[in-house]
Amino acid sequence: MAKRVVTLSVNGATTELLVAEHRTLLEVLRHDLGLVGTKYGCDLGECGTCTVLVDGRPVLSCLTLAVQTEGRSVTTIEGLARGGRPDPLQTAFAEHGAAQCGYCTPGMLLTARALLDDRPDPSRDDIKQALAGNLCRCTGYNKILDAVETAARESGI
Amino acid sequence: MEAEHTVVGRRRPRVDAMAQTTGRLAYADDVTLPGTVIGRQLRSPHAHALINAIDTSRAEALEGVLAVITGRDLPTAYGILPVSQDEHALAVEKVRHVGEPVAAVAALDAETAEEALRLIQVEYRPLDDVATIEEALTEDRPLLHGQGVGPNVHRSVALEFGDVDAGFARADHIREDLFFFGGNTHAALELHAALASSEADGKLTVWSSTQVPHYLHRTVATVLDLEMNRIRVIATPNGGGFGGKTDLFSHELVAAKLSMLTGRPVKITLTREEVFYTHRGRHPVLMWLRTGFRSDGSITSMHLRTHLDGGAYGSYGMASLYYTGALQTSTYRIPNYRFEGVRAFTNKPPCGPKRGHGTPQPRFALECHLDQAAAELGLDPVTIRLRNAIEPHTMTVNHLRITSCGLNECIEKVVEASAFDSRFGRLGPGHGVGLAIGAYLSGAGLPIYFNDMPQSEVQIKVDRGGGVTVYSMAIDIGQGSTSMLATVVGERLGLEPGELAMVTADTDLTPVDLGSYSSRVTFMAGNAALEAADRIRDMILEAVADELEADVGDLVVAHGRIFVRGTPDAGVAWTDAVRAATERFGSLMASGSYRAPRLAGPYRGSGVGISPAYSYSAAVVEVDCDRDTGMVDVKKVWLAHDIGRAINPLLVEGQIEGSVYMALGEALFEEQAFRRTLHRGPSLLDYKMPTFLEMPPVESILVESIDPEGPFGAKEVGQGPLLPVIPAVANAIHDALGVRIDEVPITPDKIVAALRDLDRGGPGRFGPTDLPDFDFGPPWPVEPPEGFAVP
Repeated sequence: MAKRVVTLSVNGATTELLVAEHRTLLEVLRHDLGLVGTKYGCDLGECGTCTVLVDGRPVLSCLTLAVQTEGRSVTTIEGLARGGRPDPLQTAFAEHGAAQCGYCTPGMLLTARALLDDRPDPSRDDIKQALAGNLCRCTGYNKILDAVETAARESGI
Repeated sequence: MEAEHTVVGRRRPRVDAMAQTTGRLAYADDVTLPGTVIGRQLRSPHAHALINAIDTSRAEALEGVLAVITGRDLPTAYGILPVSQDEHALAVEKVRHVGEPVAAVAALDAETAEEALRLIQVEYRPLDDVATIEEALTEDRPLLHGQGVGPNVHRSVALEFGDVDAGFARADHIREDLFFFGGNTHAALELHAALASSEADGKLTVWSSTQVPHYLHRTVATVLDLEMNRIRVIATPNGGGFGGKTDLFSHELVAAKLSMLTGRPVKITLTREEVFYTHRGRHPVLMWLRTGFRSDGSITSMHLRTHLDGGAYGSYGMASLYYTGALQTSTYRIPNYRFEGVRAFTNKPPCGPKRGHGTPQPRFALECHLDQAAAELGLDPVTIRLRNAIEPHTMTVNHLRITSCGLNECIEKVVEASAFDSRFGRLGPGHGVGLAIGAYLSGAGLPIYFNDMPQSEVQIKVDRGGGVTVYSMAIDIGQGSTSMLATVVGERLGLEPGELAMVTADTDLTPVDLGSYSSRVTFMAGNAALEAADRIRDMILEAVADELEADVGDLVVAHGRIFVRGTPDAGVAWTDAVRAATERFGSLMASGSYRAPRLAGPYRGSGVGISPAYSYSAAVVEVDCDRDTGMVDVKKVWLAHDIGRAINPLLVEGQIEGSVYMALGEALFEEQAFRRTLHRGPSLLDYKMPTFLEMPPVESILVESIDPEGPFGAKEVGQGPLLPVIPAVANAIHDALGVRIDEVPITPDKIVAALRDLDRGGPGRFGPTDLPDFDFGPPWPVEPPEGFAVP
C-alpha cells in the first residue's frame, strides 16, 4: 500500500497527513481528522450522505480519494457555520423540521449551500434538481424544500 | 377550567435540531473510544448449507488480528420473541440464507480484518434451497429448521369470530380477490453499528443504533451469560429506524463477545450490502379476500387468508402473521370475520417489522377490494367507506376496544380538500384520483416478554438552579420522541422544551421504556412523563401556595412563573419556586409510569392488535399515467390523520409527509427482490427509492379527536399515515387507466401488461391468480364480545 504525505485544507485549517493513496476523502475525514459529521451511507456514490464541498462544489467524499484534494479547499458540516454563527440554511432546516433523524442533513446542507452560492434565488424546481442526488428516508423532502427557500430569502435580505 | 396550553400544540423545532444541523449529533459509528479496534463478520455465500468445518488458524496467525470467533463461541440461541428463539449470533452447524454471519474477527484496522475474513476456511455442504411461499408449503423440500423434508411452516392460524357462513348467507353480493404485496426494506440511511467495551472491572458497555435498548440489554445478558447489572446499553440516536433496528442483531452480540475476548473496545459497522442481508423488512404476503355485502354496501361477513414469506428465521414473524389479520375490524364494522394465515420459512434474509408492521399488506388488499365492490354495487368509494366506518367507543368482533375515532372526519375532510367527489371518474384518460383509509395502534397493548411491570417509566430531577432533567429510555429514531417528552414536561412545569436537559436511552441512567416500536412512545412514555411532571408540579404548587397565601387550585404554571390566575405579575419565578419547594421537600425528584389497560380478548393470538388507542387516516392520491410506458406521476397527496391531539404540529406533519413518502416508494418502486434465494441488488444503486424529483406535494390535515387516555389526548402518527396511501395509489391508477394492479410494487411493466390485457378484451388486471394448497384446519371459534350487536 503506497502512502503519501498530503496537505489538506479542511474548514480553513491546513493539515499534513500521511495517507494511503487508496483511502477515500470520507475515510480520512472521519478516521484521521475526527470530522464525523460527514456520514457513510452507501459507499457507492448513490445516496449523497457523504457530500462535502471541494472548492465550493459538492463532491461525494466516498468516491473521492483524499490525495485528489491536495491543495484544494474542503468544507465539511463542521465548517459550515461562520464566525460562530450558524449558516442561514442550518437555522432554516431546524425551524422547518427539515431534519428528522438528521443523518442525511450534513450532506443535504452542503449541497444546498453550493446551490445558493451559485444561484442565490433558486426556483423550487432548481432546488429539487440540485438536491436530487441526496436521499432522505424520513422527511418526504417537502420540508427541506421549504427550508432552502426560506434560507435563500433570508440570505438575500 | 384548565388554562390554555402554553407549550403543547405549538409548532416548534426539535430540541436537538441545532445538534443535527451542525453535524454534532453522534450516531453509533461516530462514537470511538481510545484503543478501539475493528470487528467484521464473515457471511455465508450459500442460501442453505451444512457447515462441516471451519478452519480459523490462518486468520488467527495474521499480524494485527486480535480474535477470531465462530458459532461455538456464542452457542446460546436467542430471538426477539420468547416463542421464536431460533437465531444464533454466528451460525451453528447450518446456514439458512445468503449473508448469514458465520464467523467474526477483531483486528487493529479494517484492512487487516478484511484480510483475516479471507483467510477463514469454511467447508459447506450445500442443501436444496426453498425460495418461495409455494415451495415452502410443499411436502418435498428440505426443512430449514429440523431434519428431513416437509412443509416449512413457521406458524399457522385459523380464527372465526361470529358466524361467517351465516353472514355470507345474508349477503346480497359477494366478492373475492387475490393480492400480492412484494417485500421491501427500511433502508435507513444510517448503517447499523455497534461499539462494545468490556472494562477491567468486568462491566460491559454496548453502544448501538437500536430502537430497543431494553430488549438488547436482556439479550446481551442471555447470550453473553452475564448478569444484567453488569451490562450497560446505550442506544445512540438512530439515523432512521422504521422498524429496521427493532430486532436483536448478530453484530451487537459479536462486538460484545470480541471486546470481552480482546479487552479492547470493538466496533462493527455494517456495510450497505450487509444491511440488505440483515433486513427484517416488510413480509411478502399473498392474500385472498372474500366479503359479503348488502345492497346498500354494508358488510355482512369477511374471510381473509394471508400467506407470509418469512425468510429464514422467526424474528417478529409470529406477531407479523397475526397483524395481517388483526386490524381490518378497526376501521370497518365487520359483524362476522374469519382469518386464516400461515407464515413460511424460506432461505432468504428474515422478514420482520417495517412501518405498519404486517398491516399495510392486508390494508392494500381490503381498500382495493372495497373500491371494486363499490363499483359493482353502484356506490362510490366514499359512500361504501362511510357506510361501514367504525364508530367511536365500540368493541369489534375480534375484541378490539375502540375509543376515540376521528375516521369519519378524516374521510370527509380529505374528500373535501381534494374535491374527490367532483373529480373521481371525471378527470379523463390517464388522470385519476383514488381514496383509501387506515388505522394503527398507539402502542402494542402487551410487552414482548410477559411481565406485569410498567411499559414505560420516566424520572425527573430538578436542581437548585431550577434546571430540570428528564430521564427516559425512549430512543429518538428521528420521530421526535425526545422533543415530545420535553414538550409534555415543559407544558406541566411552564418551561420551554429547549430549557430541559434530556437524558435518554441509557440503561445505567434511565428507567425502562420498552422501545421505539409499535408507535408506542408518545402514548406510553408521554403518559409516564406526564405523571412524573405532575408530581414535581404538585410539590412546586404546594410550596408556592404557602408563599403566596393562595389556594393550589388558583395557581397557574406558565412562562417560567407560578402565579394566581388573573394576576401574572404577582407570582414567583420558577427558580424561586424551586427554592421554596426544595426547602420544604428536600431533593426534588419524581417518577411516573404507564401501564396499558388489560385489553386482551379470550383467544390465543388476541395479544396482537390490542392497543390503548387507534389512530385513523384517510388519503386521496392524484396521478397522471402514461398509457404507452406505464409510468405513474403522483401529482399530489392529501392526507387527513386523527392524531388525537397534536403535541407539536410541525413534527406531526413531518411524520405524515415521511409516511406518505415511504408509502409511495413501496407502492411504485421498492422491492427486496431475489433470483431464487440470491438478492437481486443489495445496494442503493439497485434498490430504487424516491428522490426529490418523484415526491409530490402533500397536504396534511390534522383531525383532533382528543383521546380520553392519551397524554393531552394525543395518539400516534409515525406509522398510521402510511397505510392508506398504497391502496389509494392503486385506486387512482384504476381511475386513470381502468386497470387493476393487484400486486405491489406497481411498476410500469405490470401496468403495461394489464393495459394489453384490457385491449385484448380481458379484465385489465395484473396480479396473482392462484393460492398454494394449504390446509389451515378448522377455525377456532371465538364468541364476539358481550353486547356486540350484529348490524
